[in-house]
Amino acid sequence: MITVEKLVKSFHSGESELVVLKGMSFTVPEGQFLSVTGRSGSGKSTLLYQLGLLDNPNSGSIIIDNTKVLDLTTREKTQFRLERLGYVFQDYALLPELSSLENVMLPLLMMGGNKSQARAKAQAALSKVGLGDKLINLPSQLSGGQQQRVSIARAIGHNPKIIFADEPTANLDSETAEAVIKTFLELHKEGQTIIMVTHEEEYSRCTDRVITLSDGEIISDIMQVKT
Amino acid sequence: MSLKKRIHQFFISLRLGFFLALRQIRRSSKWTTILIIFVMTLTFLNLVVVSGILVGLIEGSVVAVKSRYLSDVIVSTLQEKTYIENSPYVVAVAKSLPWTEAVSARYLEGGTIEANYKTRVKETDLIDNVGIIVAGINPTDEDAVTGIKDLIVEGSYLTATDYDQVLLGHNLLRKYLPIESPGFSTLQDVEVGDKVRLIINGNTREVIVKGILKSKVDEISRRVFMTDTQLRSLIGRSDYNVDEISILLKPGSDPVVARDAMLASGIGAYAKVQTFEEGLPKFLIDIKNTFALLGNMVSSIGLVVASITIFIVIFINAITRRKFIGILKGIGIHSTAIEFAYVLQSLFYAIMGTFLGAIILFGFLKPYIASNPIDFPFSDGILVATLSGTLVRVLILFIATLIAGYIPAKIVVRQNTLDAILGR
Repeated sequence: MITVEKLVKSFHSGESELVVLKGMSFTVPEGQFLSVTGRSGSGKSTLLYQLGLLDNPNSGSIIIDNTKVLDLTTREKTQFRLERLGYVFQDYALLPELSSLENVMLPLLMMGGNKSQARAKAQAALSKVGLGDKLINLPSQLSGGQQQRVSIARAIGHNPKIIFADEPTANLDSETAEAVIKTFLELHKEGQTIIMVTHEEEYSRCTDRVITLSDGEIISDIMQVKT
Repeated sequence: MSLKKRIHQFFISLRLGFFLALRQIRRSSKWTTILIIFVMTLTFLNLVVVSGILVGLIEGSVVAVKSRYLSDVIVSTLQEKTYIENSPYVVAVAKSLPWTEAVSARYLEGGTIEANYKTRVKETDLIDNVGIIVAGINPTDEDAVTGIKDLIVEGSYLTATDYDQVLLGHNLLRKYLPIESPGFSTLQDVEVGDKVRLIINGNTREVIVKGILKSKVDEISRRVFMTDTQLRSLIGRSDYNVDEISILLKPGSDPVVARDAMLASGIGAYAKVQTFEEGLPKFLIDIKNTFALLGNMVSSIGLVVASITIFIVIFINAITRRKFIGILKGIGIHSTAIEFAYVLQSLFYAIMGTFLGAIILFGFLKPYIASNPIDFPFSDGILVATLSGTLVRVLILFIATLIAGYIPAKIVVRQNTLDAILGR
């Protein structure tokens, strides 16, 4: 599903260059729930942004679903993100003036579906994450956990190939965080490919595989056997 | 990407832009929205009213000259003649036209009017006199064409049997025109009922001031009016040939058609036949064009101010929502859709501002100024705001608003997606 080869990303700060990803290579098969962990500054979020086509690496290649995504134009990348990728951000990233339903409908409308189809799919996605009764609520009327679940519903509403989640539990209390992880596990059970960045070990233990980064390099890549 | 797909994508973006714009407007601060719409309303009024008033100053004068003097068609003497030859025939033709409502024929003669001839004791005392044009009118016909009776501010109007009675234009009297100028003389202390001396063609008549007419049309305010029968006898015009004929047409009639019909009857051999527009003094047309130009210049400044206002509003709106714009791009929403959302918001402000402005303009300002004209020394200023002229200005305002909304949206949308999301 995803093949990453010799991925390098560096940032310039004045005359000095900070290499954040140092020639990383790995593959992610379809349906895998992968967690990327590591200390703060290890490069895990930067890796996610490269894989999610939100940023451009300096060198290397990324192949997603048989597409060399780094060769795509900006417009094509936007369309690729829309059709095949889903995002869950740490701070939920919901539009404050849109209701839960409208937030989830956005990518569906952009994909060209009519309003009633988009509404039905968004409603189904919200029901799936347990928010079928919060359709008309604005983000400000929801708790942090509920907002994150709306964010997940938005990520899955258009049936993407891969979901990228950047520290999805970081802003949540443990009970709510567990509910969010449970939602991811249910999606994974249905065959969804998920790549989640987290620094919380207990949640990474729930995933199929854990890649641990340190100073921009993979220091461990462990397949986990679920009991 | 194929053209068909691009067009399809364009409409999807447009729809999503509308979806976003509608919700942003609906859930934004009501006071901010009201304030922006208020600014747009003022801009619209500035665009239409300022130039409308400037043009209206002159238009008021034009309307007055037309309704109180020239009427729809004016027949005057040929350049080389002293009066309209064969006038009875000309009047008969004018009256026979199917479009004619009323006709007034006027005798005109230069003369002098003198006021203090009874109180002046020495030969060296200054003579209180004014050079004038005396108009001999049929009171009924003249009132039917120009409604001159309504202009009486003191005394009463003439009747057909009045003899040695005159009406004075108010600008002949010092109490109405208190200007001390050697080139602009007026009569002092003349009231209704006073006797004045009229000197025409060497003939002197003592006449009584029956009434005073007040108008901003010089051809009324600086003239003396008496009955046509008396003036005819004073100037010895026994052939009934007159100097001016004003023709009022029935509502909806075309003055050009009436003029052409008159000329087709051979009137051109005896007189100059003009529509009121052709008969207008050239300086009035020149001033009208100059004021229209000034109005457009002032409006243009207003338009620039409005564009900058919209630019700032949209720019601040977009900048403060930079993170959300980044998120939208991040989840795959096309830049075009986001730009549309801001452009449509700008358009909403422009439409609402224009709508409210139009209600104020056509529902209140225009009818109010029409019934209470602005009192300028040379005209009763009206507000000229034609539907076509207003629509052109609305279109210009919309285009300026679209550009002013699009540019800041484009600036913010083109920023790096990840930087926008992370607030860098």
